Amino acid sequence: MARGIKDRVAIVGMGCSRFGERWNDDAETLMVEAFDECIADAGIDVSRIDAAWLGVGFEAQNIGPSGIPLATALRLPDIGVTKVENYCATGTDSFRGAVYAVASGAADIALAMGVEKLKDTGYGGLPARSRGLNFDMYGVTGSAPGNFAQIAAPYRAKHGVSRDDLKRAMAHVSVKSHANGAKNPKAHLRKAIDIETVLNAPMIAEPLGLFDCCGVSDGAACAIVTTPEIARELGRADPVLVKSIQLVTSNGWELQHGGGWDGTYFHTTRKAAARAYAEAGVTDPREEIDLLEVHDCFSITELVTMEDLFISKEGQAWKDILDGFYDADGHTPCQIDGGLKCFGHPIGASGLRMIYENYLQLQGRAGERQRADGPKLALSHNLGGAPIQNVSAITIVGLEGA
Amino acid sequence: MSDFGILSCGVYLPRRRLDRSAIYAANRWFAPGLKGLARGHRAIANWDEDAVTMAVEAARACLDGCDRAAVEGLTLASVTHPFADRSNAGIVKEALNLSDGIAALDAGGSMRAATSALRDALEGSRTRLCIGSNLRKARPASEAELIQGDGAAAILIGRGTPIARLVASHSVTVDFVDHFRASGEIFDYQWESRWVREEGHLAILADTVQALLAEARVAAGDIDHVVLPIAPGGTIKAIARKLGLKDGAVVDTLSAEIGDTGVGHSLLLLASALERAAPGERILVAGFGQGADVLLFEATEAIADHRPARPIAACVQDGVVDDNYMRFLFHRGLIGLERGIRAELDQKQPGTTLYRKRTAVLGLVGSRCTVTGTVQFPPSGISVDPNGRNQGTQEDYPLADRTARIVSYTADALGHSPDPPTYYGTLDFDGGGRLVTEFAEVGPDDVEVGRAMRMVFRVKAEDEHRHFTKYFWKAVPLNEGGA
Repeated sequence: MARGIKDRVAIVGMGCSRFGERWNDDAETLMVEAFDECIADAGIDVSRIDAAWLGVGFEAQNIGPSGIPLATALRLPDIGVTKVENYCATGTDSFRGAVYAVASGAADIALAMGVEKLKDTGYGGLPARSRGLNFDMYGVTGSAPGNFAQIAAPYRAKHGVSRDDLKRAMAHVSVKSHANGAKNPKAHLRKAIDIETVLNAPMIAEPLGLFDCCGVSDGAACAIVTTPEIARELGRADPVLVKSIQLVTSNGWELQHGGGWDGTYFHTTRKAAARAYAEAGVTDPREEIDLLEVHDCFSITELVTMEDLFISKEGQAWKDILDGFYDADGHTPCQIDGGLKCFGHPIGASGLRMIYENYLQLQGRAGERQRADGPKLALSHNLGGAPIQNVSAITIVGLEGA
Repeated sequence: MSDFGILSCGVYLPRRRLDRSAIYAANRWFAPGLKGLARGHRAIANWDEDAVTMAVEAARACLDGCDRAAVEGLTLASVTHPFADRSNAGIVKEALNLSDGIAALDAGGSMRAATSALRDALEGSRTRLCIGSNLRKARPASEAELIQGDGAAAILIGRGTPIARLVASHSVTVDFVDHFRASGEIFDYQWESRWVREEGHLAILADTVQALLAEARVAAGDIDHVVLPIAPGGTIKAIARKLGLKDGAVVDTLSAEIGDTGVGHSLLLLASALERAAPGERILVAGFGQGADVLLFEATEAIADHRPARPIAACVQDGVVDDNYMRFLFHRGLIGLERGIRAELDQKQPGTTLYRKRTAVLGLVGSRCTVTGTVQFPPSGISVDPNGRNQGTQEDYPLADRTARIVSYTADALGHSPDPPTYYGTLDFDGGGRLVTEFAEVGPDDVEVGRAMRMVFRVKAEDEHRHFTKYFWKAVPLNEGGA
């Protein structure tokens, strides 16, 4: 394995727009909103940015191709801007581009932006779109809930979990995230709900009901990264450092290899998690990781991801969840900001939004939802695609020495 | 004796059976006279079936246990071919994974297109698959809507061990317009049924039968099975009386539970007769439409071993009663429901990509690595097998006739579907290979991890802008359809 980039890049500024149905904003104004917060946080002039990455998931449905929309919106100073698209893992991949530029020495200061303007489609949920000319001939263009719902049946069968137990654990995931989102002024959904509401909601894709699904949102989030040395020059005595970034892309094994992947977990997440822990020097993630932001596009996704990140034992996450292990006041909070479920899910922005929350929490700047025990090491997990074919991206950030 | 004749037969009847009383209940206010027809059920194709898909399923049943390499030609007879200018028979050929080196022809233009195709094949010398398949379309509240049914039948003609041989045939062509439909139109225009009975069935058709019997020097009373694809039961009795057919010789027209399947109906009833015929028995098959075709067969000794994988009785019994007349109208495009913006996804099919991937898409041909034995779909240059890196080692591996088992599934109520919720999931084939595809003909009790499924050829989507039908394979419960 490569040496990795632990502690070679620091985050000096982050910004995040309010997420939600931003009827009167477009991608450009959302990016400006996030960037204004970010550049003020960094305390630098725009002219110091050497390179930028722009992450957008559904470019055809909003800003169009290339890095030009970011360069134009922010009037960046004649620098290279790279457009990134990697399904819902786009935000983290945008961050990865900027971080790698700094880690390599090619840039001193780099910007990662993620944005999505989804509420111009005319309906809820993600836009239906082509997945390529070959796929469109033999693939299933199912909905996102339809794709992710398919984890449930094989998981139940393999681990001998009853329909009711699984449904209740999934419901707990959503109840917890709604409670957390209620404390987040930037969150799309800010209403606490009870478990009965979740259990009795209309079915979207069996067994996922309405409250097992995150909505989609408009929003933007961004980060300015630099070297730890420059971060200290900028007055950051204890900067938030990147401990690891790992991204794994399905190569078709899950999709095509009969009898291989059994449908109960995310192969890519397990691979990425193992590498991320190795890169960050984490040996006991259940005890060492203080905070989790994961890709809870659906409750069942969060549930099995707890196992794929090696926090819960395989087949046991549903019990940890029901035990409150991942609640805001539990052992390891998961989605303390409300997660995709309630903070919202503007596709290209989500990975950066997760890092934003971890960045705030590590600095004790998370306001009403601040975890009191002084978190040192926080993980974000950003997933794109479907269980059977996806992109899984993990970023661990932490304080010096963590 | 000649080794040329009918080698095999197969039928396909869609699973849903629309309750005729539901049709009548919705239309009674407008057409109370339909009451007399409001008994029993009619077979209705699902939204993702058409004359091509039903033809494929009938042909698969027909070719079960046969050497497909022996097929030298294919005729698809229909008056509802999905394409006016693209060989529909050619699509069937691809779905059946037949050799490129065969002839293929669409026959149509008349309700007797299938019997004419059958006659041509029998008078030739090559092994030819003759299929009759129709997706019927009738105006709501018409008699035709109640009388008709959807279905397909396939007869394999050729050299081998025939189960029946042609004894004689006779055709008559006269421009008798009992009904018609102009090119590009959707619905038939029907003339008075009493005239059709008197001058059509009892004159033209009966006379053609008599001419054939005279030529063949066979008495009407010596025919054991008579196929008369005529909907009104009274007309059949009148013909039987006029011709002097023996009691019980007329093959049940399946009007009670299936309906008149149109062009393929003669072949469907011929398949029915072949299931019951004993060696040496005579079978007479008639087709009617702007004249008539009449064919006389004699069952051979081999008929004793004729055991179809999906007998007609089983196909009839495997139906599911459906009283959702609104859904039927929607699926036939007879009412426009609000489908929402999600349904606007462009389904444009580039000709180039379909041609490159035709065996995978239309034939469900996967591949098998000759080094590791790993089966995969679709084929690729580099094998999916993680154990070793093998490139250019894959050979064709047809998957359509293999049983598959559910790995995962869902019932998706969000994505657009003409028949929500959309069931789909991941399947592992017995013997290797994995496929994510839609499930057809399933409800909540039909899907569970490990459940056995079989593949069927269906419409995947319609390009509504350019009017192109996209086909692919879906999974149905293994036992559906009597298999």
